[in-house]
Amino acid sequence: MAEFSSAETMDRGDLAQLQLERLQATVNRVYRNVPTYQRLFQSAGVLPEQIETLDDVVRLPFTDRHTLAENYPYGMFTVPLKDVVRLHTTGGPDDRPVVLGYTANDLRHWTDLTTRVLASAGVTHEDVVLINFDYGRVTGAFGLQYGAEHLGASVIPGTALHLDRQLDLIRDYRVTVLLSTPSDALRLVHRMRELQRDHGDLVLGTAILGSEPFTEDQRGRIETGLGVKAFDSYGLAVVMGPGLAAECGHGTGLHVSEDHVLAEIVDPHTGDRLPDGETGELVFTTLTKEAFPLIRYRTGDLTSLDRAPCACGRTRARMARVSGRTDEQVAVGGLVLYPGPIERHLREAGITQPIFQLRITSGQELDQLDLDVEIGDLFRDRMRDLAGLRERVQTLFFECFRVPAEVHLVEPGSISGREDGERRIVDLRR
Amino acid sequence: MLRLTSVSAFYGPIQALRGVSLHVAPGEVVALIGANGAGKSTILNAVCGVGPRRRGRIVFDGADISRASCAEIVRRGLMQVPEGRQVFPTMSVRDNLVLGAYRRRAGARPAADRMAHMFDLFPILAERSRQAAGTLSGGEQQMLAIGRALMGEPRMLLLDEPSLGLAPVIAQQIFRTIDALRGRGTTMLLVEQNAVMALRLADRAYVVEAGQVVLDGSSEDLLANEEVKRAYLGRGYREVWER
Repeated sequence: MAEFSSAETMDRGDLAQLQLERLQATVNRVYRNVPTYQRLFQSAGVLPEQIETLDDVVRLPFTDRHTLAENYPYGMFTVPLKDVVRLHTTGGPDDRPVVLGYTANDLRHWTDLTTRVLASAGVTHEDVVLINFDYGRVTGAFGLQYGAEHLGASVIPGTALHLDRQLDLIRDYRVTVLLSTPSDALRLVHRMRELQRDHGDLVLGTAILGSEPFTEDQRGRIETGLGVKAFDSYGLAVVMGPGLAAECGHGTGLHVSEDHVLAEIVDPHTGDRLPDGETGELVFTTLTKEAFPLIRYRTGDLTSLDRAPCACGRTRARMARVSGRTDEQVAVGGLVLYPGPIERHLREAGITQPIFQLRITSGQELDQLDLDVEIGDLFRDRMRDLAGLRERVQTLFFECFRVPAEVHLVEPGSISGREDGERRIVDLRR
Repeated sequence: MLRLTSVSAFYGPIQALRGVSLHVAPGEVVALIGANGAGKSTILNAVCGVGPRRRGRIVFDGADISRASCAEIVRRGLMQVPEGRQVFPTMSVRDNLVLGAYRRRAGARPAADRMAHMFDLFPILAERSRQAAGTLSGGEQQMLAIGRALMGEPRMLLLDEPSLGLAPVIAQQIFRTIDALRGRGTTMLLVEQNAVMALRLADRAYVVEAGQVVLDGSSEDLLANEEVKRAYLGRGYREVWER
């Protein structure tokens, strides 16, 4: 189907040797240069030279979003700031964001990775590619652009455009490849139906969807509605961005770029490594990153690995499509939402002890966000204040997250009384 | 062709290598760069079966040579051009070359053929074939040392600091020679303090510090790595576009 580099068809024995070399070099480097890693390693009772085989990776300490947020801004950087040519920011689990750094080589490796995503989907230099993301919010868009340009495609960097304008652009600019979130792709399908336009006057053939999970049903609706073959792409800004894993078109899962990251599946409760085929939390160790390497980063995504050969010829292990999360993080509209910042905005709105629940459901075509907030009796007496409060919370939410939520002020105890009451974000989209 | 997996080496209580892993694929030129004393030569010696007590695995052409003797390793086709040339100074150039053919692989061409081939490759050696090797200049001795190793028709060549002690212009000549060998498909592992030359010549490299690999990648990656530039490429190093 598509062309791919020889690095993707490497013999698995050679791949293991390459991974071990890169793992050892990474471990040596982070231990020498990053005090945070020295502390983590010492707590775990491990020294770099004790990593003698790939299996020894289980001796290394885990890191997660909290580790990164605690080291805001540059505490995890392995190179001096002057060597970092790019700084991006992504949301953190509390008020502190996470700063991502890239050296020139990191950007080049990112380009190689996103090139693979596009090439796996059959994109060539003859394609016209629309990167339908808001670059200011979704930093992964940069990586996708490098990959698309590297392939020699005609690249349209996107921005936040009105839906109708997006449709005109796709038609008039003769876009053949659409890169977007599944929700945005569904929005296009919905709008086309409203305008009674079908995809006959479009030359779109491929959609590469990332940033959020989506169901096979949603894939079907996107493929039918836009007249495309849709591919799932998996990325994580803190590990690199888009490019970590992508579908090859044979429907067997997403091929992981194992020459750049070491993937493990662990039991989310015990942290024990799980064998191939079992579902657990995806953990990544970067193998080539210079500025911001990560050791055993817990992604919070639930999936499984399969190392058997794929019909496409790639020898890279495949991860199953992500089936859920281990925590309360959720991706909506290309952004990552956490309970922490939501709580902060509720306090800002005047609610001293916020008890809330954000529910995300798959609407007919769009994701629906409902924010339920418990309001104490004191407020209930003042109806006018309630309306004002609701308005204020909705505005604050939208200003912060750039996606709207329907706010419902509910009685005390009504959230805590629910079965899933202790969860502050509930993703019901599957 | 060559694969080291977590090799450690000890000089008595001193650990010179700490879990070094690297590989060289057929036809590749791979460089080891790093400061003096980092352990680069120790790695080459470990591969050749010379040197201190070791742990870890070394595989050459599919065969485990971790515990093999020097002689066996040479027989399998792995030959070293040692640091400091080490030519036999009182013997003639011709005799030095003959010595290189002494322990040949089974099936190698007769020594006379090989000699003619070396003289083709290194015309200066032909000119000086009867001279005592000790009377040759540094650069000429280096060519002799390389020629001597090639006489054994190695499957893979290990070179330990080929530019050491040579004037820059002569070192350039040696590197051009090595490049010519690369062009003929010779697989090589090269230890070099002159990181710029090494990276320009090699396909890939490993950076060794205090007995550990701290960075590896394509030459392009390493030449663009700021830390490598600062530590190993010298303050005088300029990007190509700046020249």
